[in-house]
Amino acid sequence: MPNPLRRLQHRLKRLGLLGATSLLLAAAAQAAPQEGGVLNLVAQPEPPSLSHAVVSHVATQYVSGKILQGLLTFGTDLKPIPVLANHWDISTDGLTYTFALQPGVAWHDGHAFGADDVLFTYQQFYPQLDKRMADIFGEYLGSIDSPAPDTVVFHLKKPFAPLLSLLGSGLRPVVPKHLYEGTDFRDNPYNLKPVGTGPFVFDEWKRGSYIKLSKNPHYWKPGLPYLDGVVFHVIPDASSRAAAFERNDVQVLRAGDADYADIKRLSALPGVQTSTSGYELYSGLALLQINTRKPPLNNPKVRQAILYALNRPFIVNNIFFGAGKVAQGPFLGAYHDPQLRQYPYDPAKAKALIAEAGVDLSQVRLRLLNGEKGGAWERLAEYTKQALLPLGIKVQVVTSDAATWYQRVSDWDFDLTYNFIFQVGDPYLNNAYLYRADYILKSTPFVNVGGYNSPEADALWQKVANTPEGPQRQAVYSQLERRLNDDLPIAPMFEMSYSTLYHQQVKNLLRTATSLNEDYESVYLDGPGQ
Amino acid sequence: MSDLLYVLSRLLRAVAMILGVVVLCFVLVRLAPGDPAQLMAGDAGIDDPAYIAQLRQSMGLDRPLPEQLLAYVTGIARLDLGYSYPNRASVWSLISERLPATLLLMGSALLLAATVGVLLGVVAARSRQRRRWLDGLIAQGALLLYAIPPFWLAMVLVLVFSVQLNWLPAFGMQEVGGQLHGWALWRDSLAHLLLPCLSLSFLYLAMYVHLARSAMLEVMAQDHVRTAYAKGLGYWRILLAHQLRNALLPVVTMVGLQFGQLASSTLLIEVVYAWPGIGRLLYDALSQRDYALLLGVFLVIGTVVVVMNVLVDLLCRLLDPRIQAGALY
Repeated sequence: MPNPLRRLQHRLKRLGLLGATSLLLAAAAQAAPQEGGVLNLVAQPEPPSLSHAVVSHVATQYVSGKILQGLLTFGTDLKPIPVLANHWDISTDGLTYTFALQPGVAWHDGHAFGADDVLFTYQQFYPQLDKRMADIFGEYLGSIDSPAPDTVVFHLKKPFAPLLSLLGSGLRPVVPKHLYEGTDFRDNPYNLKPVGTGPFVFDEWKRGSYIKLSKNPHYWKPGLPYLDGVVFHVIPDASSRAAAFERNDVQVLRAGDADYADIKRLSALPGVQTSTSGYELYSGLALLQINTRKPPLNNPKVRQAILYALNRPFIVNNIFFGAGKVAQGPFLGAYHDPQLRQYPYDPAKAKALIAEAGVDLSQVRLRLLNGEKGGAWERLAEYTKQALLPLGIKVQVVTSDAATWYQRVSDWDFDLTYNFIFQVGDPYLNNAYLYRADYILKSTPFVNVGGYNSPEADALWQKVANTPEGPQRQAVYSQLERRLNDDLPIAPMFEMSYSTLYHQQVKNLLRTATSLNEDYESVYLDGPGQ
Repeated sequence: MSDLLYVLSRLLRAVAMILGVVVLCFVLVRLAPGDPAQLMAGDAGIDDPAYIAQLRQSMGLDRPLPEQLLAYVTGIARLDLGYSYPNRASVWSLISERLPATLLLMGSALLLAATVGVLLGVVAARSRQRRRWLDGLIAQGALLLYAIPPFWLAMVLVLVFSVQLNWLPAFGMQEVGGQLHGWALWRDSLAHLLLPCLSLSFLYLAMYVHLARSAMLEVMAQDHVRTAYAKGLGYWRILLAHQLRNALLPVVTMVGLQFGQLASSTLLIEVVYAWPGIGRLLYDALSQRDYALLLGVFLVIGTVVVVMNVLVDLLCRLLDPRIQAGALY
């Protein structure tokens, strides 16, 4: 207890205000973060790698986010917050980004962190590893240099508004040059035992059981972290994860750790808190991907009719147990134009559009490819089959395991399929790949697999990237969103809401827009350590 | 046939059987749709077709299927099970890390099911004349256990003994970071093993109760047992040497036959209890179409099942001299 409090207590006692002093001290004790304890979390699925610099898998980010750090992260208002960059300046023409690095930062192996690491990371590491990064840097980045040991400057050839979003901790952390330079980045052994600058140090990975991180005693923020360690338990079955949470064996369940049907019950348990915040940077959008190459789906009116025929409020409330809200358009948050035309549930209008399209549906049988995403998605597929029947559209639900779904969608071997993506802040960074014609690729389901090809939309994507942040850029985004919303190559279904369940002893858990992937430097356990 | 010849012929058949398992699994796995290179690239967030093609080439998936099969079989002959690209580790290192946990769970469940099952079966058979209620109780209880699916039973046991009563841990093989030694470590390990072992063993225990009971009833009515009583042999000698030894034959045969089924039940139980065995490894390998790991797990499970069957054959030969003499089978 701090000495001033003791002195105050003594004086108050002398004044006979014992009751008041007790209350004051209790409040002070509650406010002060407690050191120690181990936070138990769930690793689901078990991550394929422990470095999210190499593998962008969600499970990898969850673990690796406590070890590796980037230049910055984002608050819940999506404003950048310093991490390894102490502060930064952007020139008025948007062409020069100057980052001042934090002083006194060391890698977990004791090697000093510096501008060399940042230069290596963004000049060599990501451009070699990541085609999207290479494309963006190739088009926009002139050079990166370091005029001083603690300064890094990005010189752009033309403005690129989402640059800061691209450099966030959650997406592209800085990697240690001394451990990666001259190696095969993907096969580097440190991908499985990462060395970072974060508040937690990799300790042990017992495959199939747990991943253990321990406190970084030399963390560059004095006094942090509060926790002694973090353990990620590998618990494959959802019911078992729920049981472990009920027993307080694990203190946090992320969205996806528990079944949709189980969330309500678990959140009603004593001492359990629920929050949907912390996902602002990873806004999930459930969507119906449509193969626009095939008749009658090559007709925009048919695609619009399909969306009118789907009762999305019913889907959200009854199939997904209220975990979301009906999507208002292809973009979310600040990038969405509230004036956008909507597609409310209207079976009559859907039928009218089919008639207007003049397509013969008698011989059409659409294959709705259903992957292994869980019970709610299976029910959604069955519901879609029933909902489209009154339009004369016969749907065959083809259910397969995740690997089969992945291959068929990647190879364009589908008519309809449900999927979801994360809008990582700026839609240009992720959503764009679902629509851009240069990403009509047979590679993954997260590119333009539907074959949408609109020169107008492509030009608007280009324009949105080149326009500096501000009202003018927002106007371009509105124009683009209108185009996509009218053509409807992808039907936006609902904005997914992610519930995090946690025991109330866990404090400071959800602080930023990437909370669960954050470094947890200020998370603490208020109560007995685990 | 001499013992040595018999053992050699069984071993030879076992090797042929394992080779058949390898070829069959190889073909079946490749018939399933799904591309490991695409999945791996997707996990890494890469959508570059050139990278996917390069990955496919480095995995050897661009070569003709017979050539891949030949390379795989040749590798096995050199005791090389291949490399798991998604895990960036050799298949053997991944399996050897998990196999002991699976064998522990299977072994303990089998031991429990066989010993308690036979014991209860014998008690039930011996109680048939004077304590019919006990015979009925054991037989009906076993029937009840037989009717309960192990997966469901596992969930119920977790809810009752872990969540409600808080007596036993809900998942895992040992406490993480517990720094336990000696008796405390044993106690912790046993506490973690108990529920998975019970969930897995009950179904088999029920079967063995019925098998042992009916075999005992049959043996007890046979002439050589009546003769043993007439000769004035002691109770335990008659029970162990004349009745149980003969009654054990069908149980032992069934243990061998069911070992493969036990292995598949184990995989399910491992998922419920987050038991770090090869069950989850197999599931993940299947999801990722990690061919090398998938085949490696199939091969190991297949080998364990085949070896177990060879051992059971040998045990039956030991228990019943008529098999040795070639009078039976």
